[in-house]
Amino acid sequence: MKSDIVELTIKKLRDGISQKQFSIQEVVEAYITNINKYESKINAFNTVQNDEEIQILIRALGNNTEKSLSGIPFSLKDAYVTKGVTTTAGSKVLDGYQPQYNATAYQKILNQGGILLGKNSQDAWGHGSTSENTDFKIPKNPWDKERVAGGSSGGSAAAISARMVPFAIGEDTGGSIRNPASFCGITGLKVTYGRVSRYGAIAYASSLDTVGPMAKNVEDAALVLTIIAGKDPYDATTSPLPVPNYFNELKRGIRGKRIGIPKEFFQEGTDKEVIQKVKEALYKFEELGAELIEVSIPSIDIGVAAYYLLAPSETSSNLARYDGIRYGHTRNNFTVETMRRIMIGTYALSAGYYDAYYKKSLKARTIIIKDYKKAFEKCDMLIGPVNPTPAPKLGELTSDPVQLMLSDVYTLTQNIAGIPSLALPCGFSSTGLPIGMQIMGNMFDETTILQTGYAYQQATDWHKMKPKL
Amino acid sequence: MVDDKYEPIIGLEIHVELKTKSKMFCGCAASWFGKEPNTLCCPVCLGLPGALPVPNKKAIEWCVMLGLALNCEIPLFSKFDRKNYFYPDLPKGYQISQYDKPFAINGSLKIKNIEEKIIRIRRVHMEEDTGKLLHAKVDGENCTLIDFNRSGVPLVEIVTEPDIRSSEEARNFLKKLHQIIRYLGISGADMEKGSMRLEPNISVRQLKTQNSNIKAISKSLNLVGDYPKYKVEVKNINSFNFAKKAIDYEIKRHLELLSNGETPAQETRGWDEKKGITYSQRSKEEAHDYRYFPEPDIPPINWTESQISNLKSQITELPDDKVDRFIKSYRLSEYDGTILTDSVETANYFEKAIEQLSNEKKNQLTPKTIANWIINKKVDTSKTSPEKLVQLIMQRTQVVQIDEKELEEIIKKILAANPKAVADYKSGKEQALLFLVGQVMRETKGKANAEQIKQKLIDLVSISRV
Repeated sequence: MKSDIVELTIKKLRDGISQKQFSIQEVVEAYITNINKYESKINAFNTVQNDEEIQILIRALGNNTEKSLSGIPFSLKDAYVTKGVTTTAGSKVLDGYQPQYNATAYQKILNQGGILLGKNSQDAWGHGSTSENTDFKIPKNPWDKERVAGGSSGGSAAAISARMVPFAIGEDTGGSIRNPASFCGITGLKVTYGRVSRYGAIAYASSLDTVGPMAKNVEDAALVLTIIAGKDPYDATTSPLPVPNYFNELKRGIRGKRIGIPKEFFQEGTDKEVIQKVKEALYKFEELGAELIEVSIPSIDIGVAAYYLLAPSETSSNLARYDGIRYGHTRNNFTVETMRRIMIGTYALSAGYYDAYYKKSLKARTIIIKDYKKAFEKCDMLIGPVNPTPAPKLGELTSDPVQLMLSDVYTLTQNIAGIPSLALPCGFSSTGLPIGMQIMGNMFDETTILQTGYAYQQATDWHKMKPKL
Repeated sequence: MVDDKYEPIIGLEIHVELKTKSKMFCGCAASWFGKEPNTLCCPVCLGLPGALPVPNKKAIEWCVMLGLALNCEIPLFSKFDRKNYFYPDLPKGYQISQYDKPFAINGSLKIKNIEEKIIRIRRVHMEEDTGKLLHAKVDGENCTLIDFNRSGVPLVEIVTEPDIRSSEEARNFLKKLHQIIRYLGISGADMEKGSMRLEPNISVRQLKTQNSNIKAISKSLNLVGDYPKYKVEVKNINSFNFAKKAIDYEIKRHLELLSNGETPAQETRGWDEKKGITYSQRSKEEAHDYRYFPEPDIPPINWTESQISNLKSQITELPDDKVDRFIKSYRLSEYDGTILTDSVETANYFEKAIEQLSNEKKNQLTPKTIANWIINKKVDTSKTSPEKLVQLIMQRTQVVQIDEKELEEIIKKILAANPKAVADYKSGKEQALLFLVGQVMRETKGKANAEQIKQKLIDLVSISRV
């Protein structure tokens, strides 16, 4: 039984602790054991908390062992500031940086008794979709260590896939939660913009950045979202809308729901096996009582261009504070990819180019928002693949920046529109690599997409598959 | 000084720090002046990784109220923007400001120079202050220190149209603006503490005359529409007099260049208050491209009409209205009304004193008398309450009205009793008169005042036969 601890859902871990089937200590140790066993092969962590720090957190629980995450281990993408725990956002510019405060999402998890095990490796500042653009560890795909874990929240996905933590908080600006979730065969949720506070999330592109849960399954993701969501007095962009108990509402089923299939998500160039597996999932939803409707998001074509103007523009401003005066490291420490994005963004915002680039990308944004709105008039959610291909080999995409941009084609427009999207596994390629689909929802309708994902995982076992390490 | 063929074109940019309790985007105290360096800071105003700005509602409301007080339109849609530039006192690498959708636009302010004149207000917008650099010697080494206490303090910027034609007009405008800000109670507007900072924009244009070679001259001046193609901005001036001096200095400098057939360079200049001169800081070519774009961390602001009218209703009576009312209600001269309303504190003091007057007292004491006492500074209004002031005036004026005859009787009695003193006075000894005044005062038990007794004494002595 104890060897299976790492396979249990958070709810079952909590029940087991309450019923004294096992102790918090045993739960934490089960995961630490895996970190010790696999970290050298997987590179999922920039920082692993030492035993003493972990024991302090466990002791701090005291008699408070009945909160929703009491004693549940977790990790954070290294983009979240953690008081007294080194935070780098994957960049040498912040090498050794000790934050003075806690990110809101982190604080909320701490308040519920969560035990931080470490900070996950990632693309520097979130600039990338393979986690190779980092000054620290490059995470490897637990299903094939020659391949990338995805990015930019690659370390978090790899850590969950390798059962080093039961859940993590990732950050998604243009697919950075969904892409690695899909490559690593786990579940990850990009939330509606404004649903979860960004306070303490080191900014990549402020109007696109979202904070969301990554876990083995939809059930755990829903439980964590219920904890971290909501209005934050420290983030003016959070919504005052009430937070449903996503976890309690999971089991409503999907009978009668209308699922839109955006035809542009099955474009030429998309791997045939990927299309096949997503289609099989769609048939499964039909079996479960949903209705399939073909819809169109024609603006997906302008999504890549718009994103690679909006995000660099904002990042050129967001990274200006790392000017070499504070934080101890000069700007020479930015990677080539980051410099490229700063330069593109600076150019797009410059006098004389603003109208042609930045302003035009805002217009494209409006068109994309309208396209999604129109689609959601006809259906309750949309389903398509996350990535055009399964995980590429290490080094395959970094050599070609344009190819790297195109690999994000299906995950950029949701951030531009602000809508939520749930990535979850729906099968494997013939080479044994996980394939993921995404269920996109209307603004602030995480409930529907989580219910749908949950129904799917009740009927399938893909999310229970784990890599042999 | 100004050549009659040319006239100065002056616009003003004024920065005013608001005296809200907290800073513009965080909960830190905004009262930075005189505090120990870096003690009023948090992740937000230090621009630490991950920190986000949350706008101060009070500061925004005050900015709108100032706009309304300056007769501005308040657009129902407004937003913040990022102004990107590098400077060590700017920890985020950008300043949160407003670019194309400021809180208030198209206003005006009436000033009085020799005659009344309207100066148009282009915009009033909200932004945050920067930190402060201190150049010091530490352990024998010259270095620059940064104090972030001021970082993120709410700052309102007021920009006029180039409607000002002389340094005196500029000073009048600034005084009037300062007065309104003080009336609204939104800022100390204390020049010495830097909570009001002035930036005049100056150029000089040729007047339309009958001169036949006007076309040739205007060509050499590079006129754009009605305005010269160049302008010079003088930065961070902290007194109305310095603003006047800097403007005069610039006008003279421009005239010299223009009369030599040169066009002054478009540039930013600094003001050296010790030497009384301006000096070049940054040329047009070195001007920043601030790469403004909408601040993604702060949602745009959408006002409703009722929110704006509610803010309007909170605006206190402003100086112009108060003068009019004082003149009408208290039958004061324009001069008295203007002086009494110069500061809202004096105006309130005056009205509190008026309130003290019961119906009975009103017959004895006019607002004009009270006004005179305050204007002529017969009392220190900071130490004497309005109640006390009224008592004082009553005491001194009552004697004159009631005891005229009695006083005469007493004086006659004293004169009769002191023939030597009267003789001494008549022979030119001033001391003797003072002695007599003292005697009368004692007899009247202090009910009459010395000045009054003295006059009466002199009158009576001259006709006495003693």
